[in-house]
Amino acid sequence: MTEKLDRKTIITKKMSRNLILIGLILGLYALLSFSFGGNAYYMRILTLASINVMLGTSLNLILGYTGQLNLGHAGFMAVGAYTAAILTTSYSTPFFVNLFLGALLAGFIGLLVGLPTLRLRGDYLAIATLGFAEIIRVTALNLNITGGALGIRGVPYLTNFTWAFFLAAITVWIIVNFINSSHGRACKAIREDEIAAEAMGVNTTYYKVLVFSMGAFFAGLAGGLFGHLLTIVHPSSFTFLKSIEYLVIAVVGGLGSITGSVMAAIFLTFLSEALRKFTELRMIIYAGALVLVMLLRPQGLMGGMELQLEHLDPRNWKGYLENFKNRQVSKLRSKRGDRNGNT
Amino acid sequence: MSEALVNFLQQLVNGLQLGSIYALIALGYTMVYGIIRLINFAHGDVYMVGAFIGFFVAGWLGEAAIIPALLLAMIGAALLGVTIERLAYRPLRSAPRLAALTTAIGISLLLENLVRLYVGPNFLAYPEMIKRVNHYFGGVLISNVYMIVFGTAIVLMAGLQYIVVKTKAGKAMRAVAFDKDAARLMGINVDGIISLTFALGSALAAAAGILVGITYGRIDPYMGIIPGLKAFVAAVIGGIGSIPGAMVGGLVMGIAEQMVVGYISSSLRDAVAFFLLIIILLIKPTGLFAEFTQEKV
Repeated sequence: MTEKLDRKTIITKKMSRNLILIGLILGLYALLSFSFGGNAYYMRILTLASINVMLGTSLNLILGYTGQLNLGHAGFMAVGAYTAAILTTSYSTPFFVNLFLGALLAGFIGLLVGLPTLRLRGDYLAIATLGFAEIIRVTALNLNITGGALGIRGVPYLTNFTWAFFLAAITVWIIVNFINSSHGRACKAIREDEIAAEAMGVNTTYYKVLVFSMGAFFAGLAGGLFGHLLTIVHPSSFTFLKSIEYLVIAVVGGLGSITGSVMAAIFLTFLSEALRKFTELRMIIYAGALVLVMLLRPQGLMGGMELQLEHLDPRNWKGYLENFKNRQVSKLRSKRGDRNGNT
Repeated sequence: MSEALVNFLQQLVNGLQLGSIYALIALGYTMVYGIIRLINFAHGDVYMVGAFIGFFVAGWLGEAAIIPALLLAMIGAALLGVTIERLAYRPLRSAPRLAALTTAIGISLLLENLVRLYVGPNFLAYPEMIKRVNHYFGGVLISNVYMIVFGTAIVLMAGLQYIVVKTKAGKAMRAVAFDKDAARLMGINVDGIISLTFALGSALAAAAGILVGITYGRIDPYMGIIPGLKAFVAAVIGGIGSIPGAMVGGLVMGIAEQMVVGYISSSLRDAVAFFLLIIILLIKPTGLFAEFTQEKV
């Protein structure tokens, strides 16, 4: 951009951008609820997709932006789901308050788990988070207040598409703003090289714990919604396999790409619904697709890129096409270079 | 002997038997991690496949065919492990580590569900390969099954230790684990050694699968998930990458689990492993046997 930007034009630009985004989100909501509003089955899948968007993006914040391997997202989800369900069934406090308190407790547990374990690196952290999630599940299985092996039955059906959609939108909005702030840059620095980040004065423990509990908070929020959608909260809903489901969303969408996670969450929710008729083959196709995506495109579908507002503007499309062509050409050239023995 | 002591010794015997199985599985995790720094999530499912190969061999040759069942299952699982490494992990060796980990999880799901498609989701009764004979030693029950399981595990571990410490291939394996690039420069076939590591680990897991089938009498396609995780935790407790560590870690895990089941509650069975893990990670994150490594910048 060649024109000189003063403070005022930047602010107006930002505001108009935000207005367009809000408009798009409201428009999408209106479009979805008008086209599928009559069909309870589709609304349910869309609600589930929104919940998965929350879980996928919050996991991506920990995994893709801060580089901390978390294999226990379902555990935090369980904390939120149980808390909200207990509050709704026993204390009849308003739904939103219950969701919020569940998320808060999940965030707090995330803080407790994060403080000791985030000193561990890489794979050790992955196993510790996995262990904590499993401990949370076994605790729920053994406590009276959580209903033991029976779980909590008869949770009122309070989660509708409106709740899930707007909470997902807010989650994504907060996470995107966080990532684009100086905090987000600190996190990316930790992901790229923890030691270098520390040397540059980034308080690595602080940011790791912050991101971890933020991710846990949103997972708890999504868990509350999930419990009130299924109307039953059961320990078997929050196994290791569930954590893997969200890991798959974050990794397939592309680590470090929020739009990638959003798209992967929606796509995978619909895929697993579409395959529901073929119960036997469903998991085989799912697992096979996962392995293939990883082998063919290990950086995930979006590979750290974001789909941005500008990308939707047809006036820019010609430029993208040129860029893409140039990149392919340079890729081919570098490949040829490799063959000649230059590495 | 007093009743309390008999009870304690009984739990100890049960724990040793369970622990020897964890140790066999943990060895595969620790060797693979030591050599390519990958948590091979599919390892628990290789163990499951091994148990099923034993099941079918016994159905084909008769119940008494424990030796052929063991050998064929070990060979089959070794081939499976090598194939998985060749097709799924080798292309990703230079990719981000998370990609390889996700692939491992994908392979794990794939194996579980392929087996499930073939045999159905239910438990299968395992053939009684050994006629159970109960022996009592001062009131402590040690059946011949326990002795055979423990003995087989010890023989296999001793064999592995021999291969790793005394043979040329074992020396190459340790060299690759220590520094892959330097090993390659010394003329070691690194890819071949990695394949060998997968083959050895998978064969041990298959043996563990058969031993579990014999002891508990039933198998199912999802039997590998929890023991797989526990065995990995055992490997971490012993110090991942260390072979004696995996053996000791497995035994510690088995005994701890059996003690909690015997003295507190069996519903905590699956949580023990993770409590142990958290404690060890907080006190000595490198595990009991790992060497001190300086972080390189």
